[in-house]
Amino acid sequence: MLLAIIAIGVVIVALLWDLVLPSVKTAVARHRARRAIIPGASYDPGRERRAEQRARQLLKSCVDDEEWGMYRDLGFIRVWGAMARAPRRGRLGSDDPRAGAPYAYLIYPHKPIVAYLPQTRELLNEYCVEFPDETRPYGSALLPDSDDVLAKWMALTGDERRLISTANMHLPGRQVDPKQVRRDLWRLGQWERERLRRTPQAPGEVAAP
Amino acid sequence: MKFLRMKPGHGEVLIAEGDVELAEDEELLIEEFRRQLDLGMWAAVPERTSAGRREARMVKAFEEIPRDAERVIFFPRAAGGA
Repeated sequence: MLLAIIAIGVVIVALLWDLVLPSVKTAVARHRARRAIIPGASYDPGRERRAEQRARQLLKSCVDDEEWGMYRDLGFIRVWGAMARAPRRGRLGSDDPRAGAPYAYLIYPHKPIVAYLPQTRELLNEYCVEFPDETRPYGSALLPDSDDVLAKWMALTGDERRLISTANMHLPGRQVDPKQVRRDLWRLGQWERERLRRTPQAPGEVAAP
Repeated sequence: MKFLRMKPGHGEVLIAEGDVELAEDEELLIEEFRRQLDLGMWAAVPERTSAGRREARMVKAFEEIPRDAERVIFFPRAAGGA
């Protein structure tokens, strides 16, 4: 009798084992998957910040003191256009590009370049240009802000025509708010006046009112 | 002469360095310069004009780099944006 009960028990366990085994295997696999360490680069929240700090130093070492101060204080850089000339202004020398440039650009990080007429503050165009790194070595194709500004600055001062012909041209206001640009131009004017006041005057010169 | 390359998420990276007056170094620099351009980079040399202003010189061949240039900066080629 006992032997018969044990035999029946073994049969029942064997039948149940076949039914339960797949679910047990799945549960074990899920448990292992949950606890597994996934290889790959972990997110470093300081990485982008350190990259930007490095980029700022590089930008500072490449541009003029005035341009660096402009970027540091206002968040953009003005570059004078070099494809045409206009009458000289003020005490600038004839070989200074500012002496005759009738137009200029505002370079913002990761925004279109805005062309405008400094005399009238009339906005001319937006030039949409990007510097995508197709190798994507760090999971993002975007350069740090200051590297983006430096790339635009180098391309504009080095080969303005090529950069402008590469960019997609749009009317003002497509991506950059014209009100914001006009406000930035006003801020730039204030900033330049303040900077001029702080600059030591050469003998015989009179400070601007 | 130093070759620097802008990298997303990293800032600039030193990719090569050498003395152009040494033939061996120059050869390595030329090779790296061509490799970067083949990867789709633009190259610029920051410099100062005779008027004292700073600007960049875009270079498309190693021979266009001034011999006394301290650094060449490589950055991704420009493309029209949205």
